[in-house]
Amino acid sequence: MTTNLVYVITVGVLVAAGVTMLLERSLTRVLMGVILFGNGVNLLILSGGRLGGPPIVGRGGREPLSDPLPQAMILTAIVITLGVSAFLLAMAYRSWQLVGHDEVRDDVEDRRIAGLAARDQGLDSGDGDTPGDRAATGRAGGAAGNGGGAAGAP
Amino acid sequence: MTALVPMPVIMPLLAAALTLLLGRRPRLQRAVSVCVLVAVLLVAVTLLALTWRGEPLVVAVGGWVAPLGIVLVADRLAALMLVVSATVTLAVLVYSIGQGMADGEEEAPLSVYHPTYLVLTAGVANAFLAGDLFNLYVGFEILLVASYVLLTLGGTETRVLLGTTYVVVSLLSSLIFLTGLGLVYAATGTLNLAQLAGRLDALPEHVRLVLQGVLLLAFGIKAAVFPLSAWLPDSYPTAPAPVTAVFAGLLTKVGVYAIIRSETLLFPGGPVTGLLLVLALLTMVVGILGAVAQSRIKRLLSFTLVSHIGFMLFGIGLAGPPGLAAAIFYAVHHIVIQTTLFLAAGLVERRGGTTDMDRLGGLARISPLLGVVFLVPALNLAGIPPFSGFLGKVGLLQAGVADGGPLAWTLVAGGLVTSLLTLYAVARVWDRVFWRAPHAEMPGPDDTTHTVRARAGREPYSDIAGHAGTMLPRLMVGPTVALTVVSVALTAVAGPLFELSGAAAVDLLERVPYVRAVFPEGVP
Repeated sequence: MTTNLVYVITVGVLVAAGVTMLLERSLTRVLMGVILFGNGVNLLILSGGRLGGPPIVGRGGREPLSDPLPQAMILTAIVITLGVSAFLLAMAYRSWQLVGHDEVRDDVEDRRIAGLAARDQGLDSGDGDTPGDRAATGRAGGAAGNGGGAAGAP
Repeated sequence: MTALVPMPVIMPLLAAALTLLLGRRPRLQRAVSVCVLVAVLLVAVTLLALTWRGEPLVVAVGGWVAPLGIVLVADRLAALMLVVSATVTLAVLVYSIGQGMADGEEEAPLSVYHPTYLVLTAGVANAFLAGDLFNLYVGFEILLVASYVLLTLGGTETRVLLGTTYVVVSLLSSLIFLTGLGLVYAATGTLNLAQLAGRLDALPEHVRLVLQGVLLLAFGIKAAVFPLSAWLPDSYPTAPAPVTAVFAGLLTKVGVYAIIRSETLLFPGGPVTGLLLVLALLTMVVGILGAVAQSRIKRLLSFTLVSHIGFMLFGIGLAGPPGLAAAIFYAVHHIVIQTTLFLAAGLVERRGGTTDMDRLGGLARISPLLGVVFLVPALNLAGIPPFSGFLGKVGLLQAGVADGGPLAWTLVAGGLVTSLLTLYAVARVWDRVFWRAPHAEMPGPDDTTHTVRARAGREPYSDIAGHAGTMLPRLMVGPTVALTVVSVALTAVAGPLFELSGAAAVDLLERVPYVRAVFPEGVP
């Protein structure tokens, strides 16, 4: 099986860009990341099959037919990504409606530890609300693992 | 009889469409959902009876034969999981109907709940029956999309904000799964599980290892295996009680099922079993330490859920018939138990107005029945002798001792410590919520004034305070009691069940029955 170098590079760039976007805080950017990542993976599936002419019996030229199975799978994956994107957009919009932004919050344990740390330092943040969270993110950075954080909390 | 195989997927999907149309007639909608899930349960039991002594049943969907078409395969493991999942989903449906009716849902119907719930059950059944890696992916997507909707039901602030974590993490795991699919197809040219079993064996060792690693990563996130489990305790407790119950009982177990299937049929043996054992140990210990530190019941239960996934992983990692049999038995036990505990937690929340252990007390006196439906599954979870949790753990420990390696012995010790800590965690809940003197803010046994107040401030399908003091509706208590009885009955049928899971484990490790059922005339 041979594959096209352009395909491989495109897949790499799409997935890398997708992962970078996924690591962002804003849900809209996360959604962009999901879409880029998804397209990268779809191309990867396509490049896994045999390349060739359109896979329609009787319509192809002299070249061999391409493998239709990955194309069917990609169609399914595209439909799924479409539905999920719509749902994520609705969530981002709802979040914006409710709290005025669509940023993903720190997890509960991180916020609790950040609150405790803030109390230790004599600060009075750590009310658990989002503006405080963002300020507290740096302090809670060490306690990224949820389980580890839980075990450490009294 | 093979016509029955696709039924657990088709029936709920059609019923979902029907209930969506019946959105304005809640009574009819409820009747349709309950009837369909009863029918699914009956079909699942029939499938189990047919596969118990016989060959796996195979259906080529749409008449397209494998490997071109998609096959649905019901072998012993799949049929057993179907029966358990159908039981649990039916009980939870009745519970949620009870909760909805008690909250006066007719005035503010949430018409999407029933269709979404049915789609979820269809997705779970599809994942269990899939004989094709891509169909497994589709099954996962069906159940995940339904779970996104259920988790953010009503679109309240907490649910949307905390649900985001769940949705994003699940999406990432789906993308990793899809990457794995692409790589598997590129390497072997097929996605049919039975055909893959042979073709993957022929691949070079390092290529197999990459494919196995990618798939294991995807399934590990879904099953909440330790380093990939941080999303679970955050997102599950915010959902409505019945939704959390069915998620906790079933969804992680679908991930475990996928791990069992892929580790036996696709990648038997190999160096990854050692890694699985290490992950099992970490999942058990880190999970239960998290549970011990919690003060809210639902969060505590979510951490025990993560912890006990480790037990199943332990059995899978041992990679022999006794370990695998015990893991299957443990999965069956754990689905029932964890669902019951979350349903009981929902009842506690309803009766006491909160799940914060610091603000509860004396529930055993106020509602003795509630005490029983919490205590029995809780002791069962910790592995107290007569219950199935004990039998499952004994099976795992015996398999570990029989294995005899240093890692297996470490896991035996880790399993014992985890059981003890589980007992400590649930005993703490029992002591504070049920046993001590009632809390000052708690509503009394005959307090009806709260009911009126609760009615005024209610919100459909919300478990947030406001229901405090509402008498427990019979339709909510009934399913919880029924599941408790089922969990105790697992002890009574433990003999046949162990025999069944043992036979399923042998089949899985041999791989021949599965492959022969899909390709009776030899693998193309």
